[in-house]
Amino acid sequence: MTAGTTNWSFTQDDFTAITESLKRFLGETKSLCALLVDRSGQLVTTVGDSPGLDTTAFATLTAADYSANDQLAKLVGENDFSSLFHQGEKESIYVADIARRLLLVIIFDSRTTVGLVRLRMKDEVEELTLLIDRVFSRGRNGAAPAEHLLKGADDEIDKLFNW
Amino acid sequence: MSMINYASREINCKIVYYGPGLGGKTTNLEHVYGKVKPETRGKLISLATETERTLFFDFLPVDLGTIRGFKTRFHLYTVPGQVYYNASRKLILKNVDGIVFVGDSQAERMEANLESMQNLYDNMAEYGYDLTQMPFVIQYNKRDLPNAAPIEDLQAALNPGWEVEDATKHRVQPDPYHAGQNLVEQVAGGEWVERAPYFEAIAVNGDGVFDTLKAVSKLVLKALA
Repeated sequence: MTAGTTNWSFTQDDFTAITESLKRFLGETKSLCALLVDRSGQLVTTVGDSPGLDTTAFATLTAADYSANDQLAKLVGENDFSSLFHQGEKESIYVADIARRLLLVIIFDSRTTVGLVRLRMKDEVEELTLLIDRVFSRGRNGAAPAEHLLKGADDEIDKLFNW
Repeated sequence: MSMINYASREINCKIVYYGPGLGGKTTNLEHVYGKVKPETRGKLISLATETERTLFFDFLPVDLGTIRGFKTRFHLYTVPGQVYYNASRKLILKNVDGIVFVGDSQAERMEANLESMQNLYDNMAEYGYDLTQMPFVIQYNKRDLPNAAPIEDLQAALNPGWEVEDATKHRVQPDPYHAGQNLVEQVAGGEWVERAPYFEAIAVNGDGVFDTLKAVSKLVLKALA
């Protein structure tokens, strides 16, 4: 049986490159935290300071929020809204699309401005798009280790559900 | 779309509970939430109306154990069952790895079940997903109600089987959950058909809830193996 959708995986090297890039972005914009989320709502990584934040729930709601807005864009005749901004009293969030596969969420407070975040976001999106394209093109070439991780693991999978 | 995260050593998969309104999809998730150890699950998030009808989705992340050193993390979603919420329903199906169809056993809900099943096939097809090639199980809920239709009727209407075209798969596959029944078999007309595994449930009591979840999760992981 094959799953209906494509699978993909990140290696440690991908992570290091993505994390370094996001750390630099946070430093330059004085933002609090960056989350990288896939469009189905799964958290890829978090960088920076997010005390008490339920990142799993946050990732899911971000993806749903973005998908709903995507549909709203289509209803008004746009292809998409390439970014979203939610303003709070103390903290705000900015969400941008990466290569139509991932979402970059930046949480920031009054130590910076939405203008600075938006300005630096363009370069960051370009940089991450290159990194993410690399991950996906490797998946398409069939070299992704995801394909092999569970190969022959049928017995182990059976055992996992002995409860 | 399952995602394997080598850095956090997690396998993430998405399972969607689909079905007609008031069929018990949210109840399934609530039972799972109440029964699994708090350290193996996250918060249950419900985007619902004031009358507790699901507006967008319910969401519950659960860890079902470790395999080859990787945590298996399943994201369980429900969709809003009511017919007019199709736009949100379709969004939730994006990148799904496994589907549970929660049918309402009550005889008078047969029409609603059929409509929802058709809607599931249509929405999946719009994404280019083939339901017959994916981890897919059916749960017949509310088996305790006096007006519950017989299982045979529900199976005939909602799970009659799809034709197996691949000749290499033309061999009887027994249903591991129901002795004497088959998931793949040759029917009277000579063609081979495959049916989705099914489970009987009384989700308010938790009966059948974990059997359903285990079956679909296992299929999802086996699809990766």
